[in-house]
Amino acid sequence: MIYGQLFIAFLQIGALSFGGGYAAMPLIRAQTVERYGWLSPEGFTDLVTIAEMTPGPIAVNAATFVGNQLAGISGAAVATLGVILVPCLFATALAWLYRRYRKLSLMQGVLQTLRPAVVALIFAAGLNILIPTLFRSGIVSFAAGNPDIRAAILFSAAFVLMRTKKLRRKPILIMAGCGLAELAAQLLLQ
Amino acid sequence: MKKAGQLWKIFFSTLYLSAFTFGGGYVIITLLKQKFVDDLHWIDEEEMLDLVAIAQSSPGPIAVNGAVAVGYKLAGLPGILTAVAGAILPPFVILTLISLFYTAFRDNSVIQALLRGMRAGVCAVILSVVCDMTFGMMKARDWVLIPMMLTAFAANYFFHVSAVWIILTAALLGVLRTVLRAKRGGASA
Repeated sequence: MIYGQLFIAFLQIGALSFGGGYAAMPLIRAQTVERYGWLSPEGFTDLVTIAEMTPGPIAVNAATFVGNQLAGISGAAVATLGVILVPCLFATALAWLYRRYRKLSLMQGVLQTLRPAVVALIFAAGLNILIPTLFRSGIVSFAAGNPDIRAAILFSAAFVLMRTKKLRRKPILIMAGCGLAELAAQLLLQ
Repeated sequence: MKKAGQLWKIFFSTLYLSAFTFGGGYVIITLLKQKFVDDLHWIDEEEMLDLVAIAQSSPGPIAVNGAVAVGYKLAGLPGILTAVAGAILPPFVILTLISLFYTAFRDNSVIQALLRGMRAGVCAVILSVVCDMTFGMMKARDWVLIPMMLTAFAANYFFHVSAVWIILTAALLGVLRTVLRAKRGGASA
């Protein structure tokens, strides 16, 4: 049953993504690419790109997108409900506990120990997108024709710009610039 | 009547914020504060900091958790439902439209070129976020965290251990560590 699978997959994504937007990314990959094969690695990369370019949390964006692709608008609704259910219950419980006891330090201790795993997983998910972007065969090798020089230039330029004070808060501008630069390059070289 | 008016205001506030907030959960937290603390004066500044902590301590999207915390504080359960509906409606509508568009235009060469270029950009954005998070983590001077990070990375990237198991293991270690510290340190935890 596709609805049941969508619900459970996105329930897990919502329940386990501690630490904000990017924390959901490795979990979305684990469920939609590795476990169920709903998305190809390229489809996953497109999804991350689209999610980054549009407003709203990546997990809700992913649920709506994948749900729609697999089972139309009702699939999107089921997946979205799945992804927000545990977070809503958890935040409500915390808000209630906080109103009674005014103490959150226990949870913050747990989060501190979770953080390295979250950062490591985001890094791994980033490499899983980066390597097929820079190397046409998807394998790190400098054989003729394998490295994509243009992608490497775009990536390096975007990374340097992301580290500047002025543009670091404008990732959409940087990404749009990369898209337009690639389009211009393809038109000129044709 | 007054109650219904407040709920509509909550709904339209989170709807508006969610529709125009690019750039992730931390941005929307700032905007929630501007709206409900500075603009409407419904929540005082200090309490807002605690609501933000609640949003950040819960799993899932920070924008959704922030809506839960603010909605609960302002109007209880009806407040939660209205605030969350407002927060998820814009991305739901936008991504549904894009999903239709994506299927129809995926093979268009202009769209392909744009996506291809943006892919290089998104890699840079993600790795830059990883840098910021790593530097932020190192500031805690908690040296157990670095080997944990390397182990988690190797397990996922080289040994293909699923992200689900890695998060569950780290959460379990976090609970154990916090409980042990609380026992040993008493009030200092």
